[in-house]
Amino acid sequence: MLEILLDATVRAGTPILFATLGAIINERAGIINLGIEGLMLIGALSGFAATFASGSLLLGVLAAFVAAFIAGSIHALITVQLRGNQIVSGLALTMFGIGITALFGRGVVGQTIDGFERHAVPLLAQLPLVGKAFFNQDWLIYFSFLLVALIWFFFYRTRWGLELRTIGENPAAADACGIPVNRYRFLAVACGSGFVGIGGAYLSLASTPMWIENMTAGRGWIAVALVIFASWSSFRALFGAYLFGGITAMQLRFQAMGTTVSAHILQMLPYIFTIVVLVISTIRLQKGASQQPGNLGLPYDREDRK
Amino acid sequence: MPDLLQLTHIRKTFPGVIALDDVSFSIRAGEIHTLLGENGAGKSTLMNVLTGFYAPDSGGLQLDGQPVRFASPRDSLALGIGMVHQHFMLVPAHSVLENIMIALQGVPLLFSRRQQRARIEQTIEEFGLDLDLNAPVWKLSIGAQQWIELIKLLLRDCRLLILDEPTAVLTPQEAAKLFQVLLRLKQQGKCIIFISHKMREVMEISDRVTILKKGRSVTTLEKGEFDQKKLAGLMIGGDRIPEWQKSLPFSEEIVLEIENLSVRNDRGLADLDNFSLRLQKGEILGIAGNGQKALAEALTGLTRVESGRVLAAGEDITRSCARSSYIAGIAHIPEDRKAIGIVPDLSLDENLILKNFRAKCFRNGVFQSRSAIRDNAEEKIGQFAIKAGPPGSPVRLLSGGNIQKVIIARELSEQPAVLVALYPTRGLDIGSAEYVHKVIADGASNGMSTILISEDLDELYKICDRIAVIFRGRLIGYADPTSSSRAEIGLMMSGEVSA
Ligand SMILES: Nc1ncnc2c1ncn2[C@@H]1O[C@H](COP(=O)(O)OP(=O)(O)OP(=O)(O)O)[C@@H](O)[C@H]1O
Ligand SMILES: [Mg+2]
Repeated sequence: MLEILLDATVRAGTPILFATLGAIINERAGIINLGIEGLMLIGALSGFAATFASGSLLLGVLAAFVAAFIAGSIHALITVQLRGNQIVSGLALTMFGIGITALFGRGVVGQTIDGFERHAVPLLAQLPLVGKAFFNQDWLIYFSFLLVALIWFFFYRTRWGLELRTIGENPAAADACGIPVNRYRFLAVACGSGFVGIGGAYLSLASTPMWIENMTAGRGWIAVALVIFASWSSFRALFGAYLFGGITAMQLRFQAMGTTVSAHILQMLPYIFTIVVLVISTIRLQKGASQQPGNLGLPYDREDRK
Repeated sequence: MPDLLQLTHIRKTFPGVIALDDVSFSIRAGEIHTLLGENGAGKSTLMNVLTGFYAPDSGGLQLDGQPVRFASPRDSLALGIGMVHQHFMLVPAHSVLENIMIALQGVPLLFSRRQQRARIEQTIEEFGLDLDLNAPVWKLSIGAQQWIELIKLLLRDCRLLILDEPTAVLTPQEAAKLFQVLLRLKQQGKCIIFISHKMREVMEISDRVTILKKGRSVTTLEKGEFDQKKLAGLMIGGDRIPEWQKSLPFSEEIVLEIENLSVRNDRGLADLDNFSLRLQKGEILGIAGNGQKALAEALTGLTRVESGRVLAAGEDITRSCARSSYIAGIAHIPEDRKAIGIVPDLSLDENLILKNFRAKCFRNGVFQSRSAIRDNAEEKIGQFAIKAGPPGSPVRLLSGGNIQKVIIARELSEQPAVLVALYPTRGLDIGSAEYVHKVIADGASNGMSTILISEDLDELYKICDRIAVIFRGRLIGYADPTSSSRAEIGLMMSGEVSA
């Protein structure tokens, strides 16, 4: 029973995990991206469409990354190059994503593909309790584990990561050291968006291998909130995403068991729970030193004095 | 010797401000070239043009006789031009190590922390600094932050080093250490552009001096052609240095009493240890020696007091917060002006009324009276000779010295009973420093008592009635500036004699 619940937790948490990781990369560079929800949808549809057309899941994932990368580049262009308002641009990107996927998704509604299958990792899958949940999963989930570690490694063990973090904290300091601020920021926003797109593709290629209009159902917004809950750390993002996933899995079980509580209330639970945890954790953060990148949300203009 | 770098007819404007009008000068290989000018004359702007931070409106640069154009600091760094900015380019949340590493050349993509650390530690040791590479920068004193900036520059291989007011926040001993390094670099044939408002330093280290006034280069003088008087005259031009007289003997009445005050710092060491002090009405009391800053913070309520009491006019104010200590009449000129002195995005007018915006004279009922606020600003701009931008523009755009003037003008606007002035003339040009001294002296004549904290013994000698010397957080004794010599105070500061 617990094993099944844990398994459902990981599967429900993974799309949010990808989205949160992507958003963390954005925000570490100092750019707020409220377009996550839209980017997930774009990823979900292009991933599904590419797999549907080619029959290859790998191509689907690549298509999701590339499409979200391109859509994220619009946000990057507006906020980095043109120094536009990041909130407005991000919200517009979400609207754009919802609209365009509804439009182009009509052609593939009701179609099905063969989604990702489980592959057990030898030995590890035999572990009691966690073995099945974490090591008898599909390739995308294994990739998400890898990504969590890679992002941490990138930020704290590579020169590029250090430079990117510096840009998010104080772009003028980075600029004075000869680091090309705008180029880094652009790439961070675009690549981060690409990972968000893979999060969307997980929904349409693994969770439910089909395209449903607006199938992200607000998960992108949860990711936006989780970034803060995770205090911009990829490992904490993993925890946050699985927390949301866990509650989702649990409420589905309750529904299946046929409780008298209204399904609508149960469906609210993951969202409420995540918000409550978020509030509590930010109160805690305010007491200690905040991890928020110092220049988050501010455009960088070399000729402006800060 | 050939000119390394030539600037010809540089012009740079910002909306509503002509920062540089027409500047030409040149730098030779192997010289220390000082830039001198009033606050807002355009020194920092010129250096930012030189390093590619600002694109000039017109004018050109020539390096080794070849015309060059810098699109970004990256370009100028590539040609060996490095700079320490007046406002630090540091990441407060990052460790010292990370802050320095970002400036190093040739750090591989996958670097070994241990290797980099060894390389940096070696340099830190050469300078005899006490820096913890793991500490986050926000925890460090402003002097330590200045050293990090200097180390960042010195670890790079630069032909031309630009230092924009590096000594403003250093102690005289630290400045001397820096000068040794600069002279060594000069001998290696490097060029240094140096900016400072401290005339003593300018005389000591400069090979040539270029004077900037209101965005124009006035003249360049060779060593031997200038003395302090001449430089000051050229810099100030037609402007007058304000005159002031030291106040008459002050009254016996005690306005502030500190009893056995102890303060500990982050590391748990005692900054003040059973420290006692009495301040009389109308007195200007100088404080010399380490522990000064802790004293100012304890008095203004910015630091937790471990034990002891502070009495203002007989009332215990030890545990009241910064605002209520202000009501007791202690104004505060913070040390780190960009961080806690101003609200960067508010306008000059608004920054000037931060403390008394509720006063009747700035209100029409529940609304602000814009005209009264504007008039107040006009008055302060005139009094303190603040070089302000267009009305309504954010105060962060002002030059460093002008921001300092805004803070002082605001703090002195309430006519406090006790003024705690922490390095009030840091970064001010000589005219403005003199004006601040005048305000303090005039205040003293009207019964205001001042605790003046400064690293600069000259300043203390000039305006203080008494100088209290601290050593290891304890009061060693008082010195009378009219009778004790510098050597005596120096000995007291090292804890060897008590007066
Ligand atoms: N980025 C900017 N935007 C708008 N105005 C600016 C900017 N940079 C400088 N200025 C203006 O240019 C003028 C010159 O400033 P600058 O900082 O060069 O003076 P400074 O000589 O370095 O003075 P200080 O001795 O106080 O440091 C000031 O009036 C300032 O307000
Ligand atoms: Mg300056």
